[in-house]
Amino acid sequence: MSAMVVAVDVNKYFGPFQALQNVSLEINHGEVLCIIGPSGSGKSTLLRCVNQLERIDSGAIWIDDELVGFRQDGNKLYELTDAEISRQRLASGMVFQKFNLFAHMTVLENIIEGPVIVQKRAKSSVIPEAMALLERVGLADKKDAYPSELSGGQQQRIAIARALAMKPKLMLFDEPTSALDPELVSEVLNVMRDLATSGMTMIVVTHELGFAREVAHRVVFMDRGKIVETGTPHDILTSPKEKRTQDFIAAVLS
Amino acid sequence: MTNIDSAVTIPPAKYSIAHLKHQPRRHYGRWLAAALIILALALIVKAFAQGQIAWPVVAQFFTAPAILAGLWNTILMTICAMALGLVLGVIFAIMIMSPNPVLKYVAVFYIWFFRGTPLLLQLLLWFNLALIFPTLGIPGLFEMRTVDFMTPFMATLLGLGINQGAYTAEVVRGGILSVDNGQIEAAKVIGMTRLTMLRRIILPQAMRVIIPPVGNEVISMVKLTSVASVIQYAEIIRNAQTVYYANNRVMELLIVSAIWYLAVVTVLSIGQHLLEKHYSKSQGRRTGKRTAPAAAEGA
Repeated sequence: MSAMVVAVDVNKYFGPFQALQNVSLEINHGEVLCIIGPSGSGKSTLLRCVNQLERIDSGAIWIDDELVGFRQDGNKLYELTDAEISRQRLASGMVFQKFNLFAHMTVLENIIEGPVIVQKRAKSSVIPEAMALLERVGLADKKDAYPSELSGGQQQRIAIARALAMKPKLMLFDEPTSALDPELVSEVLNVMRDLATSGMTMIVVTHELGFAREVAHRVVFMDRGKIVETGTPHDILTSPKEKRTQDFIAAVLS
Repeated sequence: MTNIDSAVTIPPAKYSIAHLKHQPRRHYGRWLAAALIILALALIVKAFAQGQIAWPVVAQFFTAPAILAGLWNTILMTICAMALGLVLGVIFAIMIMSPNPVLKYVAVFYIWFFRGTPLLLQLLLWFNLALIFPTLGIPGLFEMRTVDFMTPFMATLLGLGINQGAYTAEVVRGGILSVDNGQIEAAKVIGMTRLTMLRRIILPQAMRVIIPPVGNEVISMVKLTSVASVIQYAEIIRNAQTVYYANNRVMELLIVSAIWYLAVVTVLSIGQHLLEKHYSKSQGRRTGKRTAPAAAEGA
């Protein structure tokens, strides 16, 4: 396996608060990486830096050897234009905690919006693909519904389909089940499990330790803006070495 | 069980009131108010009936060509100035929210200037532009005399439209701010650029917030056009004045104008009411159904 995402010494500040401190991380092609940790530990921020919803203050991130957010010319790094940033964002698909489906569009319109408007592909070829994705997440019958007419679990599955419609190399999940009623969590995790099985590279910020244990190839534990520990699900979730990891796992499982 | 039965079957006589009749409360205050208002109305009607108003003249001029032409110009100007105001409002609202400081402060200045000076003054400035700029144009490309360009119509259109744009910009800005930040992030992550995002995601959702106040502004605009009578734009009041300068029927023609304004505004008010009902309905449909399917699925 070769590295798809490489982050080196990433720092990120929100005013005086340092959200990320010298974070370095590699994610290989086809790997499923789960990031766990207490709230405020910087795990969502790290994810948002990968697709440039946040700008990093120092360090660097590469996706498939392309520098994220900057163009290197000799010894200088030039900030990319908005259009170039938008193009780079196409490498990754993102799923949010709060779904963020476009409220004024139907399910099908939500899914074809990116391919048709951004990628300028023909509607006639996009719609069958969108319908296939809806089949895959089990919601083909909801294609003409508006987001507000769907449950949280259904909305999140649509959000996953919308991200996949852009044919990203990498999927980013930002606490995808945290806003769901407990009984709706499994329908979303099932879709994500399928996706992992199909070989998609995934970075998942989650509180679902069961999902991490079962699906992740590697688990990262973050606390206070730093990566505390990285290892196999068994290493981190069952026999963590660091005290902070042990405390966190104990607190979540209790 | 027996307790309840006994409570029902053996009430003392004073608790059985089923046979008594309900008497509605008397609203003496309402009757008094109505009587006073009818008296006042009667006095006003009497005053107008006995006053020196030639009602046949009102009827005669109600559909006179000059008045109808004025009415048409009023409606035409309302549409044109409002369209210009909306276009400018959207552009300046986007500019004021732009990360580019130059665009932002240009928009701040625009709103500051055109909200800070009276409309009448702005109309006079546009109309008299020839005094300071005798010719208009791009050097070397084309040129024309300002007096030929700045007709009463153009001066009114620029005056009302640009003034309206300053107010509409604030309305549009409020609408844009009402759109959830999550919608913007979702648009970004599917690779939308700023302008595409505005056009496809933000403005369509901001419309719900923007349209009701803009309906209000359209109604204001109908009446604001009357200010243009001072720069000789032939709207309804200007034409009424032209007529009454000739025939001296001042009040009759002003009454004709008032009836036409009321008629136009009434039609627009009904339109605005329907529009608001439509938008509040689509909003209600969306929020109203939010919980129901979730509960159904959970079951």
